[in-house]
Amino acid sequence: MNDLIQHLINGLAAGTIYALVALGYTMVYGVLKLINFAHGDVMMVGVYMGYATAGHLGREHQSTFLGATLVFLLSMAGCGLLGFLIERLAYRPLRDKSRLTSLITAIGISFTLSYGFQLDIGFLPGASPRAFPEIIKPHEWIVIGDHDVIIWNWQVISFLIAILLMLGLQILVFRTRFGRAMRAVSFDHRIAALMGIPVDRVIAFTFMLGSALAAGAGILYAIKDTAVQPLMGLYVGLKAFVAAVIGGIGHVPGAVAGAILLGLTEEFVVGYAGDVLRGLGAVLHLDSLGVGFTGSSWRDAVAFGFLIIVLLVRPEGIFGRVTAEKV
Amino acid sequence: MSGAAVAQETGGVKVLGTRAPREPHLEIQGLRVSYGAIQALRGIDLTVGRAEVVALIGANGAGKTSTLRAVSGMLKPAGGKILLDGRDVTGLKAHQLVPRGMAHAPEGRGIFLNLTVEENLDLGAYRRRDTAEIAKDLEYCFHLFPRIKERRKQMAGTLSGGEQQMLAISRALMSRPKLLLLDEPSLGLAPQVTETIFRTLKEVNERGMSILLVEQNAHLALQLAHYGYVLETGEVVMAGPGRELLESPEVRKAYLGE
Ligand SMILES: Nc1ncnc2c1ncn2[C@@H]1O[C@H](COP(=O)(O)OP(=O)(O)O)[C@@H](O)[C@H]1O
Ligand SMILES: [Mg+2]
Repeated sequence: MNDLIQHLINGLAAGTIYALVALGYTMVYGVLKLINFAHGDVMMVGVYMGYATAGHLGREHQSTFLGATLVFLLSMAGCGLLGFLIERLAYRPLRDKSRLTSLITAIGISFTLSYGFQLDIGFLPGASPRAFPEIIKPHEWIVIGDHDVIIWNWQVISFLIAILLMLGLQILVFRTRFGRAMRAVSFDHRIAALMGIPVDRVIAFTFMLGSALAAGAGILYAIKDTAVQPLMGLYVGLKAFVAAVIGGIGHVPGAVAGAILLGLTEEFVVGYAGDVLRGLGAVLHLDSLGVGFTGSSWRDAVAFGFLIIVLLVRPEGIFGRVTAEKV
Repeated sequence: MSGAAVAQETGGVKVLGTRAPREPHLEIQGLRVSYGAIQALRGIDLTVGRAEVVALIGANGAGKTSTLRAVSGMLKPAGGKILLDGRDVTGLKAHQLVPRGMAHAPEGRGIFLNLTVEENLDLGAYRRRDTAEIAKDLEYCFHLFPRIKERRKQMAGTLSGGEQQMLAISRALMSRPKLLLLDEPSLGLAPQVTETIFRTLKEVNERGMSILLVEQNAHLALQLAHYGYVLETGEVVMAGPGRELLESPEVRKAYLGE
């Protein structure tokens, strides 16, 4: 029972971080119908910006409330600017070209960032992994029983930050004039322009917002002792993409639900699937083939298997609606 | 009546009668539009006077929609000039023309089906800040089309075709335009609804709004219009006061099915 609770907590914590990255995917898809494959790599750049900021602050200041806030805000602002530049220089000139052109460009930007950052020239960090500074000093916030269930402070903090950011986004999209304009652009940007909506500005802002959220998510992700390295964005980005598609891409609450579902599934696979698979392996005599049966080695297979099943059974995602063909 | 309508041939355009002089509101000069290799407009001249209703009629594919799109900034002209209140606005983006008093109810209605009826109307007033006046205009639209009022909380996607057209016109009116561009407002509507819409157009025009009206229904359009142009494969072939176009044998034959 305690086991179950612990996995639930870990799964939720992981899911909320995926959710923040998935929101960026889904928002950009919403307004541009573009899968921004560089999104995860923008997140990675944000993590390095946070790393650099924390380094400048030094050990003494980086873990104070003010210091940690500054790390978040500066890297979110930096990534917002990066998102703005990518949209302006790479995607905008291609907006009325075929979708495939933008998609290939997105993959190009993704590789430029993830492999460019492996260079060790100038400000570029090089390929070697590093640990993210402890801007939130980990301690056990709630302990139940004899360390049966542990809730870490950073889990609670990431959960709260993620929930706040998502609520803010939901209010922005559904309760403000600007959000109404975003939804109009999402439906048809040519008609939106006829309402006097400055479409370029709405799209640029959406990119900036998505990129800033990714930076915040990236730092939360890096804090839970994940190695910071230039390829991390490819991996997290892919997971968040899966989450967004599962929830129904373009659908804000869907992205959150898909991400939490993915976080929980992965956590339970890591927790329990090992036993199940080992049992199965023994029955089928698979050990002789050298197949690994720890749960964690199956985590990604399950995530992508999940995606394939959703795409087969409900291609519009769990919450997505089949969009009416435009006349 | 004098009845001696003088027909003139100027540059391939057959001009009937005389036009009451008005201060020009919209002037289109030598407008050309191409889609890749396809030339949709081959240099047309057209003027809308202040508080004038001008009809643009022509067969399918003549270039009527392309004309409106170029005027409202939805597409960049391949050549020619567009003057609004005497100022060159060629190449301005659509969203820059809205604050200059232009509204375009596009072909296919262009309703945001993912938004509610009310949100669609609010977007019509996106560039306005005069809250009290916006509320008055909303009431006016509701008065014109009570059906829209009943359905204001519904998603626009649930409206019937006729209701969507009413919404499209209401939304265009919500920007309180000085010049209204309408692309086939009667398309697919029941006769009573069409009648309501045309009565509305007459009413807003009498309050001083200039209207450029594209219509399949040449009869209705020319009855309402002060002046009309006939477009054929990207060129203006005929122009004249609405009544005189209605009575001209060419128009009767080609567009009124007589
Ligand atoms: N998006 C487009 N791409 C290519 N050709 C187009 C496009 N829109 C219109 N056309 C062509 O331009 C010509 C004029 O079309 P249009 O302006 O829609 O005429 P109308 O509104 O009078 O029916 C037609 O030959 C049409 O096929
Ligand atoms: Mg047309």
